Amino acid sequence: MSKTLFDKVWDQHVVEEVEGGLEVLYIDRHLIHEVTSPQAFSGIRNRGVDIHRTDKIVATADHNVPTKNQHLPIKDALSRLQVDALQQNCEDFGIELYGLGHPYQGIVHVIGPELGITKPGMTIVCGDSHTSTHGAFGAIAFGIGTSQVEQVMATQCLLVERPKTMRITINGELGEGIYAKDIILYIISKLGTGGGTGHFVEYAGTAIWGLSMEARMTICNMSIEMGARGGMIAPDETTFEYVKGKEFAPKGKEYEEAVKYWKTLYTDDDAVFDTEYNYRAEDIEPMITYGTNPGAGIKITGTVPKPEEVGNPEGLKKSLEYMGLEAGQSLEGKKIDHVFIGSCTNSRIEDLRIVANYVKGKKKADHVEAMIVPGSRQVQEQAQREGIDTILAEAGFELRQSGCSACLGMNEDKIPKGEYCVSTSNRNFEGRQGPGARTMLVSPLTAATIAIEGKVVDPRKFSLEKVAV
Amino acid sequence: MEKFKVLKTPAVPLPEEDVDTDQIIPARFLKATSREGFGENLFRDWRYDSDGTPKEDFVLNNEKYSGKVLVAGRNFGCGSSREHAAWALYDYGFRAVVSSFFADIFRGNALNNGLLPIQVSDEFLKKMLADIKKKPSTPIKIDLKDQEISLEDGSSETFEINSFKKMCLLKGYDDIDFLLSKMDKIKEFEKQHVEF
Repeated sequence: MSKTLFDKVWDQHVVEEVEGGLEVLYIDRHLIHEVTSPQAFSGIRNRGVDIHRTDKIVATADHNVPTKNQHLPIKDALSRLQVDALQQNCEDFGIELYGLGHPYQGIVHVIGPELGITKPGMTIVCGDSHTSTHGAFGAIAFGIGTSQVEQVMATQCLLVERPKTMRITINGELGEGIYAKDIILYIISKLGTGGGTGHFVEYAGTAIWGLSMEARMTICNMSIEMGARGGMIAPDETTFEYVKGKEFAPKGKEYEEAVKYWKTLYTDDDAVFDTEYNYRAEDIEPMITYGTNPGAGIKITGTVPKPEEVGNPEGLKKSLEYMGLEAGQSLEGKKIDHVFIGSCTNSRIEDLRIVANYVKGKKKADHVEAMIVPGSRQVQEQAQREGIDTILAEAGFELRQSGCSACLGMNEDKIPKGEYCVSTSNRNFEGRQGPGARTMLVSPLTAATIAIEGKVVDPRKFSLEKVAV
Repeated sequence: MEKFKVLKTPAVPLPEEDVDTDQIIPARFLKATSREGFGENLFRDWRYDSDGTPKEDFVLNNEKYSGKVLVAGRNFGCGSSREHAAWALYDYGFRAVVSSFFADIFRGNALNNGLLPIQVSDEFLKKMLADIKKKPSTPIKIDLKDQEISLEDGSSETFEINSFKKMCLLKGYDDIDFLLSKMDKIKEFEKQHVEF
């Protein structure tokens, strides 16, 4: 029978079908971090059970860590307590921890791929909705709640309902200055924040298959922003090449065996999806969000919609009030106070290269505060080796240490009330980057251009030189 | 988990659509290492000014409304997977959330914590909100066994729930108890499962 990529991987992991259409799904890798794990560890202790497979869990501290002076004790008492609890729990149960100070520390969805932990055909879960990132490798990866973190700790399995399948195909050629972030913001602007709910998405088409692994991760990362459980892309030579030689990737003969299997992971020609969408790469332009959910995106040269043009006029009114914007206005020329480049969406070495390539020899606008937070220690060190740190410093950007940072403002990296932040992160919800903060989501190139100009601009008018990556 | 019993209670209306979990419980309140106490900061930034003064126009600060059911607009619980959102609603005293559409992860988290997500039609949601507005004390009856939600005037709608999850809620079981009973099968699976 013809199968989708999703079905092939899912079927490999079904332990048993149970009552009510639920399935016991085996999990190959469980990633944990300090914020959504402590209550799961307590649950395990209270039940008096063991963690079934500590060898399948990898831990890091990312959500709640400072991005300055990581060698010093964390100042915020509650944050310190949570990070310490993770360390204690990992010690008690014998779980590998890449905590603060460890050369592998970083955002959980950045370190998995860069260490070769993430591989095609796997099932991967984490108590974080952006776990969908790992789907870029042709893995089934999705975010779970803390009760489910405890489930996986206790049994290495989840009791889940099989999601429906959706394919989003983008054929054609992307224009200059258009990046993965623009593609995914474009898709979410079409489908809305609930358009993918109940589904697992496969991204396909020539515009997707031509992307680097970093760019594919950016796309899969934001699948959750249209409500999808996850997103995936069939593994190909780009994937195999990326995985090859990574720390925990199979080596030698084992690698060859693995590739042989990975090559079977694609959607069969006549496989049927529950839902399909098709878009043209040529229709995609640099995107920016104007509202308070990731579906509120427009092309950067466009105008904010009017109430009669949207399905939820009340919601639009409320979000524009929060954002200090008017229906029908153009965003070009809007003065910006902060630029944040980071998060599990756009903090990989390719993102930093795009930014550095553009800002080299330029200076940020005086009134803009520009912060770059690399996704991991390894990204930071790579940036230093390539001289990117110097380029950024000369352009007036502050290069921090790795963590989730101002994407969710759990640590002290917050945007002040009422100020505008152009951000490469994934969510523009009210208060996401700090109470009252006004977030506009963009690609790294757009963010870099706006940092230099100090206002919203179309990056294509300033740089048509695509970065070689 | 507590057993879910028949509810007959007034409801709190929150007609906004796309209520994300960052609004339900902002990230800066996720630093706790226990499950308790999140109700205090439920809808924190909609409920309080930055200096902690309650915002009069927010529904949780309006004494006309109370009860164990939250009635919310479409796509409730989108965004972050934080289970703290379900904990906060439960800790505040809610036992059910009614909406015409739920985000997947929130729905699962709610079910795992004895908080019943009830998906109704857009029309029924509209009627519920109108009835509550007209008479804030109007009782809503939720019968999980019959999968039925009914209003004071006798109008009602049935709702869907996975039969296993329904049993868990009615008996106060959780998924982990069930999975632990399958350990032999899981270990058997592990013997033949190849991971590259």
